Amino acid sequence: MAVVTTPATLERALPAMDNAEVMRIRNDFPVLGQLVNGRPLVYLDSGATSQNPLSVIEAEQEFYEQRNAAVHRGAHFLAVEATEVFEDARQTVADFIGADYSETVWTSNATEGLNLVSYALSNAALWAAHGRGDARLQELAVGPGDQIVVTEMEHHANLIPWQELAFRTGATLRFIPIDDAGRLRMDLAAEILDSRTKVLAFTHASNVLGTINPVQELVALGRKAGALVVLDACQSAPHLPLDVKALDVDFAVFSGHKMLAPTGIGVLYGKQELLDALPPFLTGGSMITTVTMEQAEYLPAPQRFEAGTQRISQAVALAAAANYLTETGLDRVHRWESELGQRMVAGLENIPGVRVLGPAAGQERIGLAAFDVEGVHAHDVGQFLDSQGIAVRVGHHCAQPLHRRLGLTATTRASAYLYNTTDDVDAFLESVAGVRSYFRV
Amino acid sequence: MSLDQLYQQIILDHSKVRHGSGLAGVAAPEGAATGQSHQLNPVCGDEVTLRVAVEDGKVAQVSWDGEGCSISMASASVLSELAEGLSVAELHAVIDSFREVLRSRGKIHADPEVLGDAAAFEGVARYAARVKCAMISWVAAEDALNQAA
Repeated sequence: MAVVTTPATLERALPAMDNAEVMRIRNDFPVLGQLVNGRPLVYLDSGATSQNPLSVIEAEQEFYEQRNAAVHRGAHFLAVEATEVFEDARQTVADFIGADYSETVWTSNATEGLNLVSYALSNAALWAAHGRGDARLQELAVGPGDQIVVTEMEHHANLIPWQELAFRTGATLRFIPIDDAGRLRMDLAAEILDSRTKVLAFTHASNVLGTINPVQELVALGRKAGALVVLDACQSAPHLPLDVKALDVDFAVFSGHKMLAPTGIGVLYGKQELLDALPPFLTGGSMITTVTMEQAEYLPAPQRFEAGTQRISQAVALAAAANYLTETGLDRVHRWESELGQRMVAGLENIPGVRVLGPAAGQERIGLAAFDVEGVHAHDVGQFLDSQGIAVRVGHHCAQPLHRRLGLTATTRASAYLYNTTDDVDAFLESVAGVRSYFRV
Repeated sequence: MSLDQLYQQIILDHSKVRHGSGLAGVAAPEGAATGQSHQLNPVCGDEVTLRVAVEDGKVAQVSWDGEGCSISMASASVLSELAEGLSVAELHAVIDSFREVLRSRGKIHADPEVLGDAAAFEGVARYAARVKCAMISWVAAEDALNQAA
């Protein structure tokens, strides 16, 4: 077998990230240089949305200044230029996740990607019932007696579309529970995933617990059951090397705004044969071959799922973001953020009255930590931290069932990215240590 | 604006004492007209269930259960203390005044003559994300009053 030099092997040659490198990286992010409430901004809310480097902001600006036009139509110069950069962006983002070009579908965000898959699957049942489309739709169709399986740690975006799919089709929704340390009960997963299971949807990394789920084991269980496997990569694609083919998932989704890109752009990855077989979700212009007054024929993926004028400048900006991350090296980013995550948890565990959700210090987690401060509501914790220039997320983080399982309604979450230093984490920890005395508990 | 102007001592105190809290354990006065309202802020999970008992056109009792941040809990506590003994029309006027101040983004000052301890929430108006926290029990009270009428 030929030895291929991949970017991954080049990355290993680079030294690990450190604060000095992060300080250089921060120069690329204009928003991080400001004072908030008289203090330097400490931005620890990248799990909700990340900040944009200049290269991303400029890519979007350059598109509007030099190439703006509708893509895939028109014979004029700008239309050709716009189409070229739009489709180049698709190739860049496909490479970023190890997918093929035509398996990479633009969406508004991960939520839309998950809704797309869930609606395509219920449309499959309709099409199959009318003998329309690919013969494979008979087996893809979700219907009464079938099972859809999610986990107890899902973001609402990877829960509610499946609740509604179950409602539309008469299928049953089940979930894999977590243990008290925030790990999936894999022993129960093996029981829950049986031959009735048509869909297994789970998050790669939890946006609340920080847990990284055992994708390989889950995919193996899904395969054994004959289920389609859907991966929510919102908290993994921006932070660690992702190879959807190596993971062998059927679908994967993520959002651009959590990986240094603007809002309004996301990606759905799907295996080619599945995307080409499934009925579309949204219909209209740009996704058809022949249209009569009675009916229409549809293009194969990716255009099949891209009805209407697309988010062109955002796609171009997302490609610039992917390039920024690839150049920094996602292996290195992942290691740096893991270090920051460990520093957070170790520090939080030392503060009296603070309970960290998910894995304890020393156990694997991504660079975020959600926690409860005894006697002080998360909103008050967030307000106190904000008064010192520290931005964190408060609330249920779009995971109400998970919070209920842990006996909480709201928590505070700090989430790091490649532009955070250990000083950021220390400032955050120092601030959290002052919360209970400020509120006199 | 400093954090202490948001979290005034009166607010921190009321968030712990919680006047009027404990809905289930307190019966409404016999013969009083009652109204009850449940309000939820889905963004942060703040939740208040508040009951108003009206006798002879006056607010005889305000009881509530709730969960939420110090602003929302203190606000319910202050409201309960303030409301009892007012006529229904007077409480409506107080609620209107409170809402006007809270929604003014800091432009309208609270009149302590009208709002009493609730004037302490004036600072919340400068924090757009927290206005709903302060308002939640007042919205519940308004709804409950309308039901009791």
